[in-house]
Amino acid sequence: MKLFNLRGGVHPEGHKALSALHVIRELPLPKHLYLSLQQHIGAPAAPVVQVGDRVLKGQVIATAQGNVSAAIHAPTSGTITALGDWVSPHPSGLTAPTMTLASDGKEQWIETPTVADPFALAPADIAARVGAAGIVGLGGATFPAALKLNLSRNSGVQTLIMNGGECEPYLTCDNLIMRERAAQVIEGIRLIALAVEAKTVLVGIEDNKPDAIAAMQQAAKGTSVKVVSMPSMYPMGSEKQIIQVLTGNEIPAGGRPADIGVLVHNVATAYAVQQAIRFGRPLISRIITVSGGALNQPCNVEALIGTPVQELIDFAGGYRLPATRLVLGGPMMGQQFTNTQVPVLKGTSGVLALTASEVGQAEASPCIRCATCVRACPVGLLPLEMAAHIRVSDLTGAVELGLRDCIACGSCSYVCPAHIPLVHYFNYAKGDLAAQERSKLKQESTKKLAEARTERIARIERARAEAAAKRKAAREAKERAAAAAKAATEEA
Amino acid sequence: MILPAIISLTVLGVVFGLLLGLAARYFKVEGNPLVAEIEQLLPGAQCGQCGFPGCTGAAQALAEGNAPITLCPPGGRAVVLALSAKLGIEADLAGVKDVTPMMAEVKEEICIGCTRCFKVCPTDAIMGAAQQIHSVFREACTACGKCEAVCPTESIKLQPIPTTLQSWHWHKPQEVTA
Repeated sequence: MKLFNLRGGVHPEGHKALSALHVIRELPLPKHLYLSLQQHIGAPAAPVVQVGDRVLKGQVIATAQGNVSAAIHAPTSGTITALGDWVSPHPSGLTAPTMTLASDGKEQWIETPTVADPFALAPADIAARVGAAGIVGLGGATFPAALKLNLSRNSGVQTLIMNGGECEPYLTCDNLIMRERAAQVIEGIRLIALAVEAKTVLVGIEDNKPDAIAAMQQAAKGTSVKVVSMPSMYPMGSEKQIIQVLTGNEIPAGGRPADIGVLVHNVATAYAVQQAIRFGRPLISRIITVSGGALNQPCNVEALIGTPVQELIDFAGGYRLPATRLVLGGPMMGQQFTNTQVPVLKGTSGVLALTASEVGQAEASPCIRCATCVRACPVGLLPLEMAAHIRVSDLTGAVELGLRDCIACGSCSYVCPAHIPLVHYFNYAKGDLAAQERSKLKQESTKKLAEARTERIARIERARAEAAAKRKAAREAKERAAAAAKAATEEA
Repeated sequence: MILPAIISLTVLGVVFGLLLGLAARYFKVEGNPLVAEIEQLLPGAQCGQCGFPGCTGAAQALAEGNAPITLCPPGGRAVVLALSAKLGIEADLAGVKDVTPMMAEVKEEICIGCTRCFKVCPTDAIMGAAQQIHSVFREACTACGKCEAVCPTESIKLQPIPTTLQSWHWHKPQEVTA
């Protein structure tokens, strides 16, 4: 199949052999699971159980709220012991509303609806079941999958692209799931294709995963699913980039893949979809890469959602060398964290413990305008110019240069010889713009409130004046009547 | 004798009245339309934090160039930017120290339910009734501080708005020192 060229991109060292050589291991059942209510993009889920309730494995413990949200299920059977704030894997280090589940070790499943022939289901039914299973995009964006399926079907998507790029260094969880569970992944892919009525189904896998490509090709034999090997490059696994490489089409600025008739899902999401449709199992566990030079035995584990990260680190044999940096997700776009009590979320693809030599931190120095970042940017932006505008707080200038099209892949920061934290500037600017947008909305609403109040006070004043006038008129009429009556009696 | 006097005075009155009426019509002094436009951009809470009597007064001062475009604390940077675009004044945002966003908060233990605060709130952001503990709607509060001034027990105070997971964003990177 003809592949199209990608603009920019970088080639960071893969470090994938650390964890890719071992099979997926299952983590022993943790004593406590910490289930954050905000594990997806959109509104937090609303708890439907009380503290002290006993829940079964797979039972809904929090339901989706509003249009963009996802349900959360109990990853094991046990008792809800708390509902409160707990550290969250968020760069701010703030706490998030979290449910604590004490496992009872019985792993008692709730009754799950199995489907004998999932391919006989209606597309809308598949999407509904995916939604009920609380599935979100497992590539990292954690957008509710059912919503994406419905949106794509309604906008007439023709091409389904399954993302097996996994371009982030260290991460091998998608590689392993494709190698070991190819049949299930392919079935999940076919179900997603059925749900959106897609004509073409492509699975893009980077050529640094030959075993995964072979396994997937084997499993895809006799189906309409086409497995494509793509060159290894960062950020090949980004939605916009994989579409560009496989179809040659670019998503218009500010647009979505559906605008050009494409839907992109991660291969791990396909596995979750297959489990949900065929066995009725909600998304309660995921495969996570535990890796980094600081760990004794880097590996891939299947962990329950809500497992504290410390248990994963212990399972990987603990530290071999002091870890200078702990990262959730990949080293390019992942989030640093310090508190190892943070729980695994649905979107956690990796836990990395990196040594000082792997981090290679250096002091930032002034920009020498070498434009290496311009060559590296896969979107075709001018990172150095954008950062210069943001540095002097000219966010509008940065937006004019295309800040909103930045995918925050970090390629520019990676190649910058002056070690300028370019992507940090862009993240700051995007956050600040969003905050400005929020304050503008607030101002508009408070302005309406102030106007309503002025109007109300005027109305009350008017009503009061009218009432007073009426009273006065009544009094005068009474007086006149009294005077008239007096005159009448005097006359008589 | 009296008739011509009445007639002449009446005629004079009518003529001058007409003249004045026509003059009022044709020599009408237009109010500065910019004032209304600027007022549209301001939050409209009439809080008086800028030192002018309400948003109209502030808009007038801005139109005349007697006030800096950074005068409106509840408006924040968004209003500064809007004013800078409207008036063509370079907004020196680098110099603008961002004030911590604040909101009023009721200390419930010492609120006596006197209703004074919600009577002065320009955006109806306070809920309460006589002898009931009052509370503040975070989304409607502009942190104008009027309630703080009238509270007899110092129960209502401006507090920084707590950062939540939804409102948090990356801070600005440290400047590279040349």
